[in-house]
Amino acid sequence: MNTKILTKSLWLFHCSVGSCNNCDIELLDCLTPRYDVERFGMLLVGSIRHADVIAVTGAMNIKSAERMKKIYEQAPKPCLVVACGTCACSQGIFKGSYSMPTPLDEILPVNLYIPGCPPRPEAIIAGIVNLINRLNRPPKKKRLEAKI
Amino acid sequence: MNTLFNYLIFPGFLFTSIAGLALNWIDRKLTARIQWRVGPPWYQPLFDVLKLFGKEITIPKEGKDTLFLIAPFFSLGAIVFASTLLLLPNFISSSGFAGDLIVILYLFMIPGISTILGGASSANPLASLGVSREIKLMISYELPLVLAIFTPVIKTSGIITIDGLLKYQLTNGIMLKNPSCIIAFLVAIICIQAKLGSVPFDQSEAETEIMAGAYIEYSGLPLAIFKLSKMMLTFIAPILLITVFLNGFRFDNLLATITSLIKYLILFFIYILIKLTNPRLRIDQTVKFFWSYVTVFALIGVVLALLGV
Repeated sequence: MNTKILTKSLWLFHCSVGSCNNCDIELLDCLTPRYDVERFGMLLVGSIRHADVIAVTGAMNIKSAERMKKIYEQAPKPCLVVACGTCACSQGIFKGSYSMPTPLDEILPVNLYIPGCPPRPEAIIAGIVNLINRLNRPPKKKRLEAKI
Repeated sequence: MNTLFNYLIFPGFLFTSIAGLALNWIDRKLTARIQWRVGPPWYQPLFDVLKLFGKEITIPKEGKDTLFLIAPFFSLGAIVFASTLLLLPNFISSSGFAGDLIVILYLFMIPGISTILGGASSANPLASLGVSREIKLMISYELPLVLAIFTPVIKTSGIITIDGLLKYQLTNGIMLKNPSCIIAFLVAIICIQAKLGSVPFDQSEAETEIMAGAYIEYSGLPLAIFKLSKMMLTFIAPILLITVFLNGFRFDNLLATITSLIKYLILFFIYILIKLTNPRLRIDQTVKFFWSYVTVFALIGVVLALLGV
C-alpha cells in the first residue's frame, strides 16, 4: 500500500490499557480547536476496524495484555502502534510490579514512542509528524545516491 | 451507449462521486471554521477513500459474509440510479418517464436499508443496536418525507414526473410561493437531515455511544463504498428539494447557473447549521418528534394543497 496515501489520512484508535487517564486527556486535547489534528487528516474513530493507528496509553497489566494483543489482531493491516506516555513506553514507575508482566513493545511492534508523564499535546503532534516523515522517507540507498 | 454514459460518467457515478467528495470537504472545512479550527486540506475526503481501498478487508467469523460484502454496493448502486434519474431532467429537458419521482423516493430508501442489512449481518451487538435505531429512524421519517414531496404533486393536480414539475415551475413560478408548499419544504428539510443521518438524528452511528453503529465491523473497501455513497447522498439530497420546490438545478445560462448555486449553497448551509447547533436526540424522542409534530405539519400541508392553497 502506498504509504503517502496512508500517512495523509491516519485514523486514530484510542486504547487505554490501564492508564491513570492523564495521557487520555492529553490525547483528546489534540482534537480540540487549539491543536486540531484534523488539519493533518487525523480523526478519532470508535471502532478498531476503521483504525490506522492504535494509540496505547498506560502500563499494561496481566488482564489487559491479552486484550491488547486481541485488539491488535482485529485491526486491519497496515496498522501502526504508538506508545503514548512513559507508562506505555517503558512501564514508568510501575516497572517490576507484580501485576505488570511485560512492556508494550515486547508483545506488539511499536512504531513510535512518545515519552512524558503525560506528554504534552505538542509532543504528541510532533511525534506523529516525525512518524509520518519517517514513513515517507525514501530508503537509505537512494538517499546516499541523492547526496553524491 | 448514451444511457451507459449517463449512468457511469455524467450525471451518474463519476460526476456524483466527485461532487460528493468536494461537498464533503466543504462540509468538514465549514464545520471546522465554525468551531474555530483550521480543518482538513482539500484532498482529504479523496485520500480517506483511497486509503480505505488499500486496507485489509476483515469479515466477522459469525456473520453472513456474502450479504455483509454486498450491502455497500446496493447502497452505491441505488444512489447512482437515483442521481441519474434526478439530474437528467434538470440538465436535459423532457427526459425521464412517468412516475420517476416515486422511483427516486424508493431508491432514496435503499441506502438506509443496506445499512440495516450490512449491520445486521455483521453479528456485532453494537451493530445490532445501530440497526434497530436505524429501523426506528426510517419508520419515523419516511412518512412525512413522502407526504412533503407529494404536496407539490397534489398542488399541481397530479404532475408526477420531475420533468413535468420543472416545466410547471418555469411557467407558473417557483413552488415555494404557495403556503402549503412552504410547510412541506420545512418538513422536507428536517426529514432530509434524518435521512442523511446527521447530528440531531445520528443515533444509528452515534460515535460516542455505540462507536460507529452499523458500520462497526466494516473495514477497507466496503467501508469506503459506504462512505462514498453517504457523501453522494449528501450531494444529491438537497437537489431533490431544489428540483421539487425551488425551480430546478439547471445550468442553461449564466443567471440560472448563479441562482442554482446560490439555492444549493443556502440549503447546504442550513443543513450544516442544524448539524452544528443541535445535540443528539434519543431515539424515542426522535420517533415522538417525527410522529407528532412533523407528520402533523406534513398532513396540514397536504390538506392545504388539496384545498388548493
